[in-house]
Amino acid sequence: MRYIIGMVITLSLFWLINSGMYSGLLLTLGALSVLTVTWLLHRMDVVDHESIPLHLLFRAPPYLLWLAGQIVLSNLDLVRRVWRPGATTDPQVSRVALEQSSNICRVTYANSINLTPGTLTVEMGEDSLLVHTLSREGLESLTEGEMSRRVSKLEQ
Amino acid sequence: MSTILAWTSDACLLVGSFLLLTGALGFLRFNDFYARIHACGVTETLATALIILGLLLQSDSATPQFKLALILLFVLFSSPTASHALAKAAWNAGLRPRDNSGKRGIPLPPRER
Repeated sequence: MRYIIGMVITLSLFWLINSGMYSGLLLTLGALSVLTVTWLLHRMDVVDHESIPLHLLFRAPPYLLWLAGQIVLSNLDLVRRVWRPGATTDPQVSRVALEQSSNICRVTYANSINLTPGTLTVEMGEDSLLVHTLSREGLESLTEGEMSRRVSKLEQ
Repeated sequence: MSTILAWTSDACLLVGSFLLLTGALGFLRFNDFYARIHACGVTETLATALIILGLLLQSDSATPQFKLALILLFVLFSSPTASHALAKAAWNAGLRPRDNSGKRGIPLPPRER
């Protein structure tokens, strides 16, 4: 039930901010479409802890802030590698342990690796990720596992 | 106040454009398929974010600002998925990563071929 309420609130906010026009007729139509979409999603059986991750509502923002910092740092590193003359890359392929058990945290981890330039998830196995990195340091920071630990903290 | 905002917006757009150029240069300079995906990573994360931030500061009403923020959110959700799809398709098709000269393969982890 709380997932359905969460879905209604999310869709209503989305509609209100995107519309920008608040006459009675439009608000009624908006409410009707929100309810229709929620009913459809409920029938499709996709309104659950994966589409509406309420348990991550307060835990995700600190992680996202940290991730934004990492994205900026790795971008700067890659900019240096691109503009410096000569051979600046030392590509590595390796398997990195995947310690998360819930689907949403596994996806978060794999996508975080992809979002930081210089590291790329090539394949996802049952308990490990196949990762391609542009440098030895990039691979070391992944195997050292700070990102993995922070994603695991989202899970508990 | 508005001059500071205008300057900040210009700076964001300028740095964003420089990062787009960097992504394109990296795409041309790197010799390997996988390394080129990394170069595109610059254009789809920080460059996109800075350009959208710059445009956001130019606008003075809430609706377009919210829509720009939504565009950034969707780009940040879809671009890692897209690059993973590309890399996985290449890996399954038998393309293996090569070193920075683009001529020799690099050592693979055990049990990979």
